[in-house]
Amino acid sequence: MKPQSETELAEMIREANGPLRIVGGGTRPVGRPLDCAPLDVSSLAGITLHEPGALTLVAKAGTPLAEVTTALAAQGQRLAFEPSDWRELLGTSGEPTIGGMVAANISGPRRVQVGACRDALLGVRFVDGTGTVVKNGGRVMKNVTGYDLVKLMAGSWGTLGVLTEVALKVLPAPEAAATLVYSGVGWADASQIFAKALKSPYEITGAARLPEMGKLPSRALIRLEGLAGSVEYRAGKLAETLQGRAPERILRGAENDRAWACVRDLEAFAGAAEDVWRISVRPTDMMGIVGRLSGARIQLDWGGGLVWAGVPEGIDLRAGISPFSGHATLIRGSEETRAKIASFHPESAPVAALSAGIRARFDPKGILNPGLMD
Amino acid sequence: MEMPTPDQAILRRKPAIAAKLRVILPEDAVIDDPAETLVYECDALTAYRCAPLAVVLPRTTAEVAAVLKLCHGEGVPVVPRGSGTSLAGGALPTADSVILSVARMNRVLETNFVDRFVRVEAGRTNLSVSGAVEADGFFYAPDPSSQLACAIAGNIAMNSGGAHCLKYGVTTNNLLGVTLVTMDGTVVEIGGGHLDAGGLDLLGVICGSEGQLGVVTEATLRLLPRPEGARPVLIAFDSSEAAGDCVSDIICAGILPVAVEFMDRLCIRVCEDFAQAGYPDCEALLIIEVEGSTAEIDEQLARIRQIALRHRPLEFRESRSKQESAKIWLGRKSAFGAIGQINDYMCLDGTIPVSALPLVLRRIGEMSREFGLDVANVFHAGDGNMHPLILFDANKPGDLEVCEALGAEILKLCVEAGGCLTGEHGVGIEKRDLMNVQYDDTDMEAQMRIKDVFDPAWLLNPAKVFPLGLSAARRAV
Repeated sequence: MKPQSETELAEMIREANGPLRIVGGGTRPVGRPLDCAPLDVSSLAGITLHEPGALTLVAKAGTPLAEVTTALAAQGQRLAFEPSDWRELLGTSGEPTIGGMVAANISGPRRVQVGACRDALLGVRFVDGTGTVVKNGGRVMKNVTGYDLVKLMAGSWGTLGVLTEVALKVLPAPEAAATLVYSGVGWADASQIFAKALKSPYEITGAARLPEMGKLPSRALIRLEGLAGSVEYRAGKLAETLQGRAPERILRGAENDRAWACVRDLEAFAGAAEDVWRISVRPTDMMGIVGRLSGARIQLDWGGGLVWAGVPEGIDLRAGISPFSGHATLIRGSEETRAKIASFHPESAPVAALSAGIRARFDPKGILNPGLMD
Repeated sequence: MEMPTPDQAILRRKPAIAAKLRVILPEDAVIDDPAETLVYECDALTAYRCAPLAVVLPRTTAEVAAVLKLCHGEGVPVVPRGSGTSLAGGALPTADSVILSVARMNRVLETNFVDRFVRVEAGRTNLSVSGAVEADGFFYAPDPSSQLACAIAGNIAMNSGGAHCLKYGVTTNNLLGVTLVTMDGTVVEIGGGHLDAGGLDLLGVICGSEGQLGVVTEATLRLLPRPEGARPVLIAFDSSEAAGDCVSDIICAGILPVAVEFMDRLCIRVCEDFAQAGYPDCEALLIIEVEGSTAEIDEQLARIRQIALRHRPLEFRESRSKQESAKIWLGRKSAFGAIGQINDYMCLDGTIPVSALPLVLRRIGEMSREFGLDVANVFHAGDGNMHPLILFDANKPGDLEVCEALGAEILKLCVEAGGCLTGEHGVGIEKRDLMNVQYDDTDMEAQMRIKDVFDPAWLLNPAKVFPLGLSAARRAV
């Protein structure tokens, strides 16, 4: 099925009598595999509105992410939460869409400073499981009119409704950026560098540690962005703050962009035959978790609050690291593994009951990506 | 304002219900003497009041759970209350409801400066959260203007904003976790010290649900390192168009001020009379604040000056000292008090796209003349959140009604211009009957389904948010 309009989409869902697998660009096959008819929403595409002075962009859900970033760049703007491209990680092709990005709440390294995709999301239109078109939020930055279903739709992976249009807050791209690089530092060192940097008033927009890659040793990266003079000033002050830890080098321009694309798109994991897990934790708990994942390929982001772990296939990594405060999600795994192991973190009984209740009311027929998040 | 008819059976059972509450709570935590419940009859929307059945003041999450379980079993509605500073009537009681105040739950439970969060009990006031961490160089960003008094519980219920959210976001962007007690007494832990939710974003929908999904007893809040410094500039214009264009150009140029405040002539005059802040008498005034080191501030202000000059300002007054900064902010910060001194007023809270500013201000001026009531405008210009203040005389029969009618027209205008009914105050009872201006019935039906999941009997904070006609069938069950 490939609806050409929101109305047609609503009709198809109203008349559907079996489960549907919602597909945008098809670049993020995550969660329990679904053996059912695809519902391709890539035809619902196009930027509806871009108002640079109001920092707002509205686009139909099937709009390619690349089209959005190009349009924003033409006005010196960007999606500040730095959405990751998972094609290399997951070995997929196709064109990531803005709706897919929202449905998966995809946020990259800058999330630590500016918030996640859900924080930039101002409004949505979607078709729920009964075929009803619903709108929520709007296109202004401050809006507390009624319940916030906007956040709920972000990261619901198509299980509550099929997004048809999204409104996002955008931000100006900075004039300059620089990254302090510390090579060959261990977990403990990296964790201290992150903590000190993020405690400083210098508005760190990235704090990550890349694993060894080929001949390159592991590298801890601290990013600064802003007006040119400010970035230079802050780079100097930061080196002082991290006394005795002069950065090995400072990346600028294309070299800087390259390094963060590598973090953002998880290039360290591309092509390897291993499962990849995403673990959201308190930075202070990170050390303990990484310690228990000996032998894993580890990338840290968000100042140690996000652990990416490449581990042998088919094993539920949670067993080895629990209990911990946070959650672990299987992002890359074979269909067999994803059928066997719950990709999304098991929830406490009261939370699971609330989530199940919401799904049952938004998708009473149980036809939208059914079981994907179970 | 129409409110549902109170349940007579509950009113008759008042002594029995109070007695049962006293069994599960300490003696000093239950109030049912009408003389003592007087202060709970209204919040900051003082035009509406109603005596509640009783008031409870629990000290722990377990006590909150016990109260909710009891009321759930008895079919008694519960109205959660933080500090009672809602401008939308968010904590207005019904005669058959128990007010659940979290005011006694105000402790800091945990501070963690490495993971950069603080966990507090929800009755703690907004400003005292920052107060507890400022010695360590941190602050909690959302800063509603009632921050000295308002509670985190209410901030979460209304998803409160403030003057600094252009840069730092509103409550929902700074909330990491909550302990929530649902109406049946179940204690639910959501989120925590980590940055994002696993599974469905329940935290996102709880924040801003106006106390209708559960009672938040504890909250984990994100802390930010304090900036090195901040400095405001005051820019005067002879037209609001010029001021609006200036804001838009600054934002387009890639400068993100921490605050951009706008005041119109009436507001400027009243504030000046009240506070003697030395404001120029002009059509529109902007206060723009930037942050950073001294050199960084200088550079940003130099760029802002360059942009502002293109819009022919009457004055560009850069603060040179702490005293001057305080003076620039003085008038703005005393705006509501200053207007309250000369008049009764109603404070609106619509948001518009920044580009619609000149049009909306012009229309508000026309409407003000049509209805015969003055309107002073003060608002957060960076994010389009307007606070038109309608001046009226509460002692003049019919004036409140005219004021409310004008307010409704202005809010409709905000929605027509691409904005919304409320940017940070919430719907409460005040905007309940305007909801259909922004949302059609199916949009609200989707929202009400969330309420069905958390509070199937519709007992929590009754008669708020949704038009009564629309929720009647659910409330009757």
